[in-house]
Formats: sequence, C-alpha cells, structure tokens
Amino acid sequence: MKYLDEYRDPVLAKKLIAEIHRITTRPWTLMEVCGGQTHTIVKQGIDEALPAGIRMIHGPGCPVCVTPLEQVDKALAIAARPDVIFTSYGDMLRVPGSTTDLLALKARGADVRIVYSPLDAVWIAAANPARQVVFFAIGFETTAPANAMAVAEAARRGIDNFSVLVSHVLVPPAMAAILESPMNRVQAFLAAGHVCAVMGWTEYEPIAARYRVPIVVTGFEPLDLLEGIWLAVRQLEAGRAEVENQYVRAVRREGVPLAQRQIFEVFEVGERSWRGIGEIPASGYHLREAYARFDAERRFAVDEIRTREHPACIAGAILTGEKTPLDCTAYGVLCSPQRPLGAPMVSSEGTCAAFHAAGRGLGLQLRPLLMPTLAPAEAPLAPAEAPLAPAEAPR
Amino acid sequence: MRHPATGHAAQPTATLEADAIACPAPIPEAERVILGHGSGGQLSAALLRDVIVPALGAASPGGVLNDAAVIEVAGSRLAFTTDSYVVSPIRFPGGDIGELAVNGTVNDLAMMGASPVAISLAYVIEEGLPLDELRDITASAARAAERAGVPIVTGDTKVVGRGAADRLFVNTAGIGLVPEGVAPSADGARPGDAVILSGPIGLHGVAVMSVREGLEFEVEIASDTRPLHGLVAALLAAVADVHVLRDPTRGGLSSALNEIATSSGVGIVLDEPAIPIPGPVRAACEMLGLDPLHVANEGVLVAFVPGEAAGAALAALRGLPGGEAAAVIGAVVADHPGMVTVRTIVGSERIVDMLVGEQLPRIC
Amino acid sequence: MCLGIPGKVVEIHDEAGLPMGKVDFGGVRKEACLAYVPETRIGDYVIVHVGFAISRVDEEEALRTLEILATMGDMVETELATMGPGMDAPAVISDEGAAGLLPVPPAAAGGRPGASPPPGGGG
Repeated sequence: MKYLDEYRDPVLAKKLIAEIHRITTRPWTLMEVCGGQTHTIVKQGIDEALPAGIRMIHGPGCPVCVTPLEQVDKALAIAARPDVIFTSYGDMLRVPGSTTDLLALKARGADVRIVYSPLDAVWIAAANPARQVVFFAIGFETTAPANAMAVAEAARRGIDNFSVLVSHVLVPPAMAAILESPMNRVQAFLAAGHVCAVMGWTEYEPIAARYRVPIVVTGFEPLDLLEGIWLAVRQLEAGRAEVENQYVRAVRREGVPLAQRQIFEVFEVGERSWRGIGEIPASGYHLREAYARFDAERRFAVDEIRTREHPACIAGAILTGEKTPLDCTAYGVLCSPQRPLGAPMVSSEGTCAAFHAAGRGLGLQLRPLLMPTLAPAEAPLAPAEAPLAPAEAPR
Repeated sequence: MRHPATGHAAQPTATLEADAIACPAPIPEAERVILGHGSGGQLSAALLRDVIVPALGAASPGGVLNDAAVIEVAGSRLAFTTDSYVVSPIRFPGGDIGELAVNGTVNDLAMMGASPVAISLAYVIEEGLPLDELRDITASAARAAERAGVPIVTGDTKVVGRGAADRLFVNTAGIGLVPEGVAPSADGARPGDAVILSGPIGLHGVAVMSVREGLEFEVEIASDTRPLHGLVAALLAAVADVHVLRDPTRGGLSSALNEIATSSGVGIVLDEPAIPIPGPVRAACEMLGLDPLHVANEGVLVAFVPGEAAGAALAALRGLPGGEAAAVIGAVVADHPGMVTVRTIVGSERIVDMLVGEQLPRIC
Repeated sequence: MCLGIPGKVVEIHDEAGLPMGKVDFGGVRKEACLAYVPETRIGDYVIVHVGFAISRVDEEEALRTLEILATMGDMVETELATMGPGMDAPAVISDEGAAGLLPVPPAAAGGRPGASPPPGGGG
C-alpha cells in the first residue's frame, strides 16, 4: 500500500535505530501520546530496540481508554432502552462500565450497532424515524470533524430522532496536565500525528516553551516513530525545546481550517473527566447551545449515574505513564483481553492490550489459553440507582 | 451548554492490597454466551474447555481436539466430523453457504488424512426465505459435493419462524476413510518440523466482510472456499510422515498455529514476509484495523512435515490448483512451548496471539 | 481510533449535498467524505479516518522523508534547521518555510534540505 509500506522498511528501520544509538549520550524519557503509536511501538518492539537509557512512556492517547466511566454507564443506560438504536465505533463495545458492557447488552437483545462513519448513524436515523438513534461520539480532535459533521448534517436535514452522546477529549490539555504533575518525568513528546493533521501544531508551541520540552509531531508507521524519536533525542541532546514536524506528508502547521471551523460551529471547549485520571480543565468538547437539542444526555436525562471502577484496575497510573502493565498484579492473571477489568486492556490501542498482544510479561505466567475464564460477567441491565426519565418526544 | 462537572473520584490507588485481589468481583454473575464464543479464538476454546467438554463427561472419550474424530470400526479407521454454517450474508463473492458447508466438512475429514465417503446436509430455514434461493444454494452444495467426489446421502430440513434463524443455517456431517499409517494430529508437531501453508490467507474473511451490512467496501476478492482433499492426497503421497494438518478457518492462521503449538507442547517461529497475503487483503485489514493472521480462510491448509521433507511437500502442492502459492512459513522449535512468535521490523521477536473474541459476526 | 490510512481518490461525486470520493486503499475501495479537503482532485492521496478525508498527502514530502532516511548517517547535522535570532522564543522547525502561512516566529528557518513551500495554504 502506497504511503504505508515504504514506512515499514526493515533496512531503514535498523538504520534509524543505529542513528539513535549514535547520538544518544544520556538517559532520556519520552512519551508518545497516541494509542496508535503505542500499538506500533509495542508490536514492533521499537522500545526494546532503543538505547537502554531511552525510556518510552505510553501516554493517555487512547480515546476509548479515557472515556469517562460516567459516559460509558450513560451509554449503557441509553442503549438498554427498547426505543433506542445505539450506534458506536467498534472499539467501545467491549469497554467495561460499572456493571456491564455494550456487547453484553447486545447479547441480551439491545439494538447496538457498529458503524464505520458517524454519517452512517445519521442515515440509520433517517431510515428509522420511529426510533431514537443515538451515536456515541467519542474521540480526540482527529474524530471531531467527523462527529461534528454528523450533528450538522442531522440539523440541516431535520433528522430529529438523532442524538449524540459526546465524550471528546483534547490532547494539549492532557500533555500540560502530565507536565504539571510533580511526579512527571517526561522530557519530550511525540505528538499525535492525525490530531495535528486536523488541528495543526500551534497549540503545542506555548507548551514547548513553557515547560521546555521538545514536541515532535509524529506519524504511526515504524519509520515515522523511529524518526520522531530520533528528532526528539536530537533536540534533547542539543538542549533545544521546539515543536518539530516529522509527519510532513500529512501535517501542516495550520492543520485543516475547514475541519476546525466545523468543529467549532458544533462544539465548544469545556471540562472533561478522563477515566482513571480525573478532571482536566478545558480538555473536552461539548455541544454548543445551538445544537443542544442533539445532546443525548439532555434527551434521555441520564444524570443520576453512580460509577464504580474495578478495584484491581490501575488504569489511571497506566494512562499517565506512571506505571506499566508489568507493574500491575492483575495483568495477565485477572485482567486479559478476554476478561478486561479496565479500558486499556479492551481497546486495541490501549497500552495493556498492546502489551498483552505482544506477549510482554506473560512468559512466566500461565498462557491465557489455560486460564479458566469465560465471557465478561453479565449483570442487571440498568443500575437500580439510575431511574431514567422518559425520552423527549422528537418534534 | 457546559457539561456539569462530573466530579469523578480520585484515581484508583496505584498500590494493591492483597485482599483486593482475593475477592475481586463482588457482582453476582449470570454468565451468558456472547458472539465472541463462536469466533474460533480464545473464547471459543474456553467455552469448549470449561462448559461443553466437562458437561459431556464420560460420554466423550476425550483426547486431543482435532478437526475430525477418528474411530476404529471393524479394522478400518473412520473419520467423523460435523460443522454448522451460519455465515451472513449467505451469498458472498466467490461462493455461498451451500458450497461452504460441503467444502468445510470435506476439509475437516481431509485434515485427518481421510478421503471423504459420504456427507449429510441439514437445513434450519427461516420462514420467508425465497424458494429460489433455497434451490440455488442446494444446487451449489450439490456442485461442491460432485466436485469433491462425495455423495450427499442423507439430510434434514426444519423451518423456524421469522427472526429465529438468520435466513438459513446449514449443518453438514461427514465420514471418511483414513488410510493405514496416516495419523496427522494437533499434538504431532515436533521441533525441526517445517510449517507449510498451501496458499494465500485472508481471502474468505475479507470477501464476506466486504458485503457485510454497515461495512461494505469494494474489493476484487472472492472467497477461497474449495475442497482440499486433493492437496492432502498429493501431500501424503509425497511425504511419508505428515505430522499435522489443519485448515485455519475461524480465528485465522494464528489461532490454528497457537492451538497446535499448545497441543504439541512446542514453539513455532514464523517468517512473516514468507506468508502469502494478497495486497487487497492487507489493505482491507489496514482499513479495518484487523490482523490478517486472525482472518478466516476456507481454502488453505497448514501442514507440519519433517524439515527435510519440506521440498517434497512444496513440490507436491505447487503442482495442483489451489496450491500454486504454497510456501514454507515457519519452523517448529523446542523453545517457548505453546507460543508462536514472529520477527519484528527491528529484528526482535514478538508473540503472535490468538484471536480473543468477536472480530466480526459470523463469517463462516 | 487514530486509524487513518492513506488512499487514492479515484472518483468524486456529490451525495445529497456532500462531496464524496471513492478512495482506493491498495485494492480496497471505500467511500469517504471529502468535505474537509474540497481541493482534492482525482489521483490525489488522502488520509481517511472514520469515513472522512482529514488531510491530503503531500507526495513530495512523502518522498523526501524516505530520501532523508535512506541517506541518514551520511548527513551532516548542520545541514538541518537551526534556531535563528531570538533564541528564547520557541522556534518552529517547519518543513514548509514561511510561504503564505500564518505568521511564523522569526526564529523559524527552512526545514529539510531542499524544502519548498507547500501547495496552497492547506484547507
């Protein structure tokens, strides 16, 4: 595949690794933000090929993983309703809520459907005027243009039985929050390439300046990541702290202005709680008042949810990079892809899932095949403490 | 409208108390079957191991789980197998459920080294299925049986109400004769064996996905469904000691290899560039975020043969339709028993895991 | 979720007011909405994420990246961008130079050897 395969060349990869070894004179700690980057790094063993002093910390760049538990529980409550067709990106289906997950709900008869594009959810709504169609609008800024367009199109065409459950999260505030932490050891970032393709990189310049950290906008293929690491280490070795673009074939400094315009027509920045991390100010998108009628949270009045995380899950520490899955005593034993306790094990981009799929830390553990486990537990449909108000009748 | 502060509680403690592990799940559980149990991956294996096999108890003789059972009857060895087909949609590029059902059972017999003797064909039909479709699919099954040289000797037809079956479910069962001295089995792999793949992978799964509602994409790929007993016969004629035969259907190549590695107590090292994966299959997998090693196949087999017999095996396969792209894709080692590994781009080794649960609903 | 892959636009049409393209990903074709990259022409490559083209691939830059990697180790470090005057200000090392874009701090210098301004101003 063009513009993909070329960036997987093993010969060039080894060359880049040799170059990184050549220029590294001191230990450095880097963080890659995006889950897709984590996946490639772990799958290809890139972190293990770097000089011993360079440590890669895997950041909270998996939007599935950081979707707040409250939003997942709200999604479950809404999806359980017989009048609702609940649509979502595939990854969210196995994310555990406080008591169950969307896939288990589907097994019990809820109309839960995977869509490839959010526009598909709008067309489903148009084709099913007697039902309520709700779309779980999660993601980073990369996905916001698509989610925004879905809302805008529904508005334009008067498809009023459509609504969105919004749970967008933003990268720059998360990076700042990590840098603010007194326990932070991250000295340079690989910024998320597709987030920056949409938003550009101007938001990162003040961060680089204020915290004196190099930030390299990086792609997702092995050569992209190696080149991004190389650029970051080069800056660190030279004492520089700038924003640099490795992913030149897809990212321009100003991003895609049309996409940004659409995002800000539909959404505005607000608070957002990140699962496992807590609240980060100004780190999420919410629907603007003009589009509030498409807000599923308003339409279905699901405010009274009380959440409960699994006590053994240390997702928070994993997401900020303070711990790795290898530090988690549940990893590979109680918690595995077929029986995940938390989101980073469910999502294909989650750190724990990436580690597990690559077999890290499982050498001395029982092979998953030998573990006596079955499907994730089933539980009562809606939490008893969350009475649902009747849906607003569509106009 | 600003979202009210959700006031999420402080993050979970990073340290763990011993009793947090001891009593982890306070929720009373009523477990159910989920789609993932049918995917051919780890959940499927768990369902078999933890629910079905124990419930069968003494009724089941136990032993290694292979594609078919081999039973001694009056001095001959009979292979016996059954499979149900629930693919949706029932027609897909390159075939339909009728053809799939016949080929699949012929192949399960072939994986024990057996030549097919007879098969059965049973239908569970959803009310409302057009008769023309039923005719077409049955004709397709008949053609496949004729091509495989096996008669359909018995069958059954049931009709259920609308919604109780997704258009048509098919079950086929088959019996075959296993020649003297032939006994490939999942626990037969030995260090030093060559792992041989008869052809390109991923075609069936991608072909079916491409017409799956909600996912549709255009691709010039057809399912690779075909009977494999001809390839098997050629292989058995060329190689005295075929250790393992398996057709990697649901769960893909990686699931099959993992099962064999575990059954045999050996490790497998794969040579990824040697695995034939057609361009469009790779592209579709990229697009959907899937691993080609997890995608279902219906027209390829893996064979484990002693290393020195690899050349003869390849020559035998490559001379036949369906085997042109046969290749050695790996080797069996004594290291890391039960695990399949592959070389990464940077030169390190990583584990190739089994599919966990549901990848996409019912592709074969 | 960041799953965005490059594909070639082989057809462009309007679907109920939205510009849609048929995109070929190495033999697999799927529709993607082109609303955010309206300047796209047939033959262009775009990055598609959840059914939307979110960026166009700059083919020259793509090639340049590979060329640079291929010659890595032969290059002298000083060939690459350095900070200009105003060393305290965060310099932006931009591959595109400063042609016709939003104001770039004066410390920005040319990017890779042979960098040239991007086609258009993006978006």
